[in-house]
Amino acid sequence: MSERTHTTYMTDKLGPLPFCPGCGHSMFIKALDKALVRLQPDPKEVVIVTDIGCIGLADRYFITNAFHGLHGRAITYACGLKLARPELTVIAIMGDGGCGIGGTHLLNVARRNIGITLLVANNFNYGMTGGQHSVTTPALGVTSTTPWGNIEYPMDLCGTTAAAGGSWVYRTTAFERELPHILAQAIDQTGFAMLEIWELCTAYYAPRNKVKKKELYELLENYNLKLGLIASNSRPEYSVQYREAYEAGKTVVKEKPKIEPGYASPVSKQTGIIIAGSAGQKIKSTATLFAQASMLSGLQATQKDDYPITVMTGHSLAEVILSADTIEYTGIDVPDFFILLSEDGLKRARTTIESLPETSVLYAEESLELPEVKAKVIKLPFLQTAKEVTGPTAAVIAMGAMLQDSGLFPVQAFEKAISTFQRSNIAEKNLKALQAGTALANPQKK
Amino acid sequence: MGLEFLEGNEAIARGAMKAQCDFFAGYPITPASSILHYMLELVPQIGGTAIQAEDEIASMGFCIAAAMAGRKALTATSGPGISLYSENVGLAIMGETPLVIVNIQRQGPATGSATKGAEGDIQFTRWVTSGGLPVIALSPATVEEAYELTYRAFNLAEQYRTPVFILASKEIGVTRESVDLDAIPLPPLVKRRKVSAGNSDLPHNFQSLRDVPAMSEFGGDHIARYTTSTHDKAAYLTTNPDVIQEMIDHYTAKIDEAADDMALVKKDKQEGAETLIISYGIISRSATVAVREARAQGARVSTLVLQTLWPVPRKAILSAMDGIKKVIVPEMNMGQYLLEIERLAPAGIEVRGINKMNTKLISPEEILKESGL
Repeated sequence: MSERTHTTYMTDKLGPLPFCPGCGHSMFIKALDKALVRLQPDPKEVVIVTDIGCIGLADRYFITNAFHGLHGRAITYACGLKLARPELTVIAIMGDGGCGIGGTHLLNVARRNIGITLLVANNFNYGMTGGQHSVTTPALGVTSTTPWGNIEYPMDLCGTTAAAGGSWVYRTTAFERELPHILAQAIDQTGFAMLEIWELCTAYYAPRNKVKKKELYELLENYNLKLGLIASNSRPEYSVQYREAYEAGKTVVKEKPKIEPGYASPVSKQTGIIIAGSAGQKIKSTATLFAQASMLSGLQATQKDDYPITVMTGHSLAEVILSADTIEYTGIDVPDFFILLSEDGLKRARTTIESLPETSVLYAEESLELPEVKAKVIKLPFLQTAKEVTGPTAAVIAMGAMLQDSGLFPVQAFEKAISTFQRSNIAEKNLKALQAGTALANPQKK
Repeated sequence: MGLEFLEGNEAIARGAMKAQCDFFAGYPITPASSILHYMLELVPQIGGTAIQAEDEIASMGFCIAAAMAGRKALTATSGPGISLYSENVGLAIMGETPLVIVNIQRQGPATGSATKGAEGDIQFTRWVTSGGLPVIALSPATVEEAYELTYRAFNLAEQYRTPVFILASKEIGVTRESVDLDAIPLPPLVKRRKVSAGNSDLPHNFQSLRDVPAMSEFGGDHIARYTTSTHDKAAYLTTNPDVIQEMIDHYTAKIDEAADDMALVKKDKQEGAETLIISYGIISRSATVAVREARAQGARVSTLVLQTLWPVPRKAILSAMDGIKKVIVPEMNMGQYLLEIERLAPAGIEVRGINKMNTKLISPEEILKESGL
């Protein structure tokens, strides 16, 4: 609060208010000034956010901060200001037009209970653009876009806001004598407050439909809409809830372990490995461990994954590149090693598998029926072995077998990666799987 | 110090946090969603706010307002989301709002292929909003650059008071690489210049057109005004053509005239080379391999990799074209930055694009073949 007492929050620097004679906007804006005078906030701590439309001309007539944004988005700016600086008093002013184009923001601010004040000047049409119909134009209302009378049912702004969880919702008219008091009440709410003010647009809607004060009140009756408080349910404001939820739910963030090379690798040329299988086979996480293990062995690595958007079904494929030097091109045009674990993987990568050259090695689950390939094929019982080890361990078994055979880097590095980067219960199983995988490989060597 | 195996999206989030980003709003979209996840976890740890908005329009609305209320704001999306950001980008330019916008590009148009890479939003970024005023856009080629350029984007946003785009792609955002982020040298953090108490409260105060005004923030020492309407230095609506032109000249000059100052490029000029490959983003890595192989075969070829795409690093491009007869521009789109190179190339230089937009990377072999190296 500033020390000084403000007798007005408006400036006459820009002359009188620019609205048409008899327009409800003038009555509303003057009442808003009176409301601020009652509340005596520091103008520096108040932001008036306006939408597009005639009412969007209002912000600059105040000595407070002013934010005039895009059509329909006033609520988003008001929320951004409030989220950034919860101590500010943020008043958003928009028309019925803004409630149409920005309807989702209205629903969501009410739902979230972000502590802004939303003042809707509802005059049933778009005054600034030539009197077109809006979401609140009454049935049969004549506008420039409903020349035979409006056939769209009008939206009950207060009812809609209340249904979305609005914590303080109130309907009034620009003719209401207590308007400054009601406005002050709205601004004073801690949570989200929405005040709908029914008005006359004396340029378009009122003359076209012969609506004056009396007819305006009749409209309320016709639609069975009541004036006054529509909803009032106090619940914590969003920023308060956000901080509380974070404090209550935060876990001590452990710094992820870094990778410290301690093994050596004979890999000299860039080596591409593809592993293809099904969702649930831990293809991606195993490929990541394999890459991390290569990094423990002083190599550079990249990994790209491919899977359908429905992540728990269909194929899962990972591409890993290992290199002693910086990896520039991250595509694998010809994989050096291909590990195939399931029918889904085969289906996805059939073309790649069929075109594998003699220099490539294909490790395939032995139960799969493979197409004819030029590559060296090694069929092993990965799935059966995984069953024996238990758990989704086929990928570790297969990569372990390939690693044992190829000697790309020491198996110990893979062990280290598993025990460093996985939770102990999972690591335990994967270490067993790795052992089983290396035992499957090249048994005559041992 | 330490090696990690990170995807580009995490590096972007970490780069933002390194730049003290304390506000994030975004809407889920593949392949950018993990940035939203990382920021929701990281931002509240430093007392900031991160929120999943109801849509992309709200994301930008939240970010613009938060930035004008003293926060360092980030938002992240993919091409379809940029379409929805468009109108608010214009507002951010007009309001001189520092803000970083990440685009993890995917195959378009429209919904396109959500999980497939492309770099098809290059000219879209330049002309992203009505009125056509300049923007700043940086294009990382690696996970490390995603970190570094995001950090730098925050600096540029503050330095020039404007939205800055990170034009990454699926190929960087969700590809993991071996990185040591702590080993990346970074410039000092640019602090926001604010209008101090007692000084002029003009929200857009400049003397020469190139000046970048100090910020007048909501909740600061002065009354702040911000408007989407054509306005003067005081952010009051104006219809005076001279004032309007002066403001437009200011928005343009502060970016375009600083193009060479802010240009980030990597050049590798070979003596006697008559062929130059100009590339950016993920395809610059194919170009690097192609150049290495061509040189190993005895060919002479120069290369220029652009990290700054907008404003066009004119001087660097012109200097790279010195003595060159043929310029090759490989892009994962149908020829977008090619237009800029064609525009700048002196008469007599042949400019050729290598263009592919089938979700696959352009390989080094394709570059070698298409460019006749």
